[in-house]
Amino acid sequence: MHVHPIFSAMRRNKVGAAVIAAQIALTLAILCNALFVIQQRLALSARPSGTNEPDLFAIANEWVGAAGDPVARVQADLALLRSLPGVAGAYVTNAYPLTGSGSTDMLSLDPEQLRAAPAAQYFGDEQTLRTLGLRLIAGRNFRAEEVANLGTSDSPHYPHPSGLIITQTLARKLFPDGDALGRGVYYGGQHSTTPIIGIVERLQVPWTRIGGWGSAWNDSSIVVPFRYVAQGAYYIVRAQPGRLSALMKSAPRRLVALNHDRVIGRVQSFPQARTEVYRDDRGLAVILAVVCAVLLVVTAFGIIGLTSYWVAQRRRQIGIRRALGATRLAIVRHFQTENLIIAAAGSIAGITLGAGANLWMVSSFATARLPLVYLLAGVAVVLGLGQLAALRPALRAASVPPAEATRTV
Amino acid sequence: MFGYYLSLALRGLRRNPGLTTLMVAAIGVGIGASMTTFAVFRAMDGDPIAYKATQLYVPQIENWDPGVHSLNSSVGPDGLSDALSYTDAVALMRAHAAPRQTVLYETRFAVTPPDPQLLPFQAGARAGYADLFAMFDVPFAYGGPWSAADDQAHAPVAVVSRALNDKVFGGGDSVGKVLRLDGQDYRVVGVLRDWNPVPRYYDLQDAFGLLPDDVFVPFTRAIDQHEFTGESSNCSGPQVAPGWSGLLQSECVWLQFWVQLPTGAAAARYRAFLQHYAQDQQRSGRFHWAARTRLRDLRQWLSYEHVVTNEVRMMVVVGFAFLLVCLVNAMGLMLARALFRSTDTGVRRALGANRGAVFAQGLIEAAVIGAAGAILGVGLTALGLAGLRALLSREALVLARMDLPEVGMAVLLAIAAAIAAGLYPTWRATRVQPAWQLRAR
Repeated sequence: MHVHPIFSAMRRNKVGAAVIAAQIALTLAILCNALFVIQQRLALSARPSGTNEPDLFAIANEWVGAAGDPVARVQADLALLRSLPGVAGAYVTNAYPLTGSGSTDMLSLDPEQLRAAPAAQYFGDEQTLRTLGLRLIAGRNFRAEEVANLGTSDSPHYPHPSGLIITQTLARKLFPDGDALGRGVYYGGQHSTTPIIGIVERLQVPWTRIGGWGSAWNDSSIVVPFRYVAQGAYYIVRAQPGRLSALMKSAPRRLVALNHDRVIGRVQSFPQARTEVYRDDRGLAVILAVVCAVLLVVTAFGIIGLTSYWVAQRRRQIGIRRALGATRLAIVRHFQTENLIIAAAGSIAGITLGAGANLWMVSSFATARLPLVYLLAGVAVVLGLGQLAALRPALRAASVPPAEATRTV
Repeated sequence: MFGYYLSLALRGLRRNPGLTTLMVAAIGVGIGASMTTFAVFRAMDGDPIAYKATQLYVPQIENWDPGVHSLNSSVGPDGLSDALSYTDAVALMRAHAAPRQTVLYETRFAVTPPDPQLLPFQAGARAGYADLFAMFDVPFAYGGPWSAADDQAHAPVAVVSRALNDKVFGGGDSVGKVLRLDGQDYRVVGVLRDWNPVPRYYDLQDAFGLLPDDVFVPFTRAIDQHEFTGESSNCSGPQVAPGWSGLLQSECVWLQFWVQLPTGAAAARYRAFLQHYAQDQQRSGRFHWAARTRLRDLRQWLSYEHVVTNEVRMMVVVGFAFLLVCLVNAMGLMLARALFRSTDTGVRRALGANRGAVFAQGLIEAAVIGAAGAILGVGLTALGLAGLRALLSREALVLARMDLPEVGMAVLLAIAAAIAAGLYPTWRATRVQPAWQLRAR
């Protein structure tokens, strides 16, 4: 295969070749970055929350007025929920995973908070671990008598929790050199330490936004033995398999029947929460995938258009080459190689452009660095696309009869 | 001449239907992608109260020790938090250093309708001072704001939204009626007309929030009633004392503060006042550091708070990069077409058309392609927005839509883009040597 005739042909079509190369460069730059973002977002939205999502739902409850003993009415609610047929567990809390809203505490190894680690705090009781389906890998669960009440605005003191259950990730972060179980940490700005009594395998923080609050410590959570009796709180209910949707309808009705002085807010299943909280991430992935697909089609048609023109323009030359003995295959190879050379040049520019675009995204959107494999995959795709797009015009060129050489002049 | 070129262009385009379709499609798809993303961006970046953007200001005070590295969601890139503590908010209210000012915080009420058949329900609410209605141009259907005296008296008065008025009282002039909020009676003093600025610029913590503001009550009253502050309070270090009074004494930041300053000079005076206030706090021993203060106007505030999400920014970038690819594509196709038709051009030149005429005609042809692409692009934008609405959550609620300005912009952009893409190919066409082209056949 001689590349010399290809180069001399290209020299006569500098702009056309440059246009194709530019298009391939831009396509490559967009493609590899978009593929990377898609992969990131899909991986993000597939992270496990650590809970038994399919059987869980939350009821937002808000008390109206100050009637009744705040602790007694919550305990009555919990007793009711736990007695309902089909309920495998229930507790009251301030927040739950996959919602994007919760509260943070700085756990510290010293009272000055110099060595502190942030963690999402979930209030719960002795039923929380069982309800959420968290796997305890060390230590023990709370005992019923260890659970204190929290959330009445007139309570004279902040209760000091009897102990904390923390995630494995957080345990490693706080005590990188060893066993966290039984060690004390400063929680909630208290002046004395609280012992870590249990470690669970995994419990995600409520926040899920990429680069947002909590993204750097996504698995650092604590369960605090507080019964959250505040004005507004969530009941988390675990249904027995298959009973979820029926319970989501009946449980709120039973609560209202028990006590009218309330507003039932949102009743949300954990699978719904997951869909909603990751909606933008999946949406972005879908949009980028559509853009990439359309982009490849547009680029392919651009290549087909220009290459067809070149074929038409050079019919006579092709005829001469055929008359001089070139095979059809040689003609096809001429156009395919021409396309490969242009696409390769475009790819080199595209790699630079793509890497530059990524650097800019790193600085302005706090995304991660583009791994090399995406650039290589992008190069493979655009080179393949170019070959595919050039094939039809190349075959048309190969069908030019040698007699074309004698047509004119 | 223009009409003649136009008919020539149309006839010429009809001769290569394949190429013409490709060019129109390229421009249309590019316009569709870029305008879809841009419509979303515009809706989020919108200036909901444009003529007041340089009159409404947000003060910030560094009430947390900058020496202690605090990891907190309310701390901006400059280390200042984006809300005020109760201590600072009340002090700024007392100082009354601006013509109008208000503290604001989001809360919610359980509303008990007077009709016993109706169940109590939750309503989003805002606690503030009487000035807020004038500052944010809140429109009233009946009645009006409460008075400054009501603020002083911690009065149980409320302004309600039209939606809540319809739901609880069945619409109409409900001024003077009693509304039961969290088990307490409030007197309705005003009913609003529809009012829902997007983004909800006066509280960017919840700029595209789901719960609309249906009730407004005096801040002083809400504080007396210990009204729920939501999850948006951020603390650095422990609260000194527990409970509600502990929150009021703490350095936790949870209050938005707005001032209206009519002129740049007034803003400069307010800046000086803020700095002076911070120095006083340092002298009194509350701050052990030289606290920084900031005063940002609404526009600066919107960008400081990153109202437009990274997802949307990224989509805008991708959308316009895509348009660029489409333009390069269209340019390649136009080049091919111009060279295909160099014989025609040769004939025209030989018959006396000068280069300028050939150039003008080529550009008109490009513009026709652009116009056709614009029609396609507007259709694709509508389709794209519908798709985004189905795929995205908050962005969808922003009601990104295509109004006349967006359509006009799409058309102009498409034609300009097509002409830009056509410049070089057309110029190439004018370089055709008439004799050469005639000889070939």
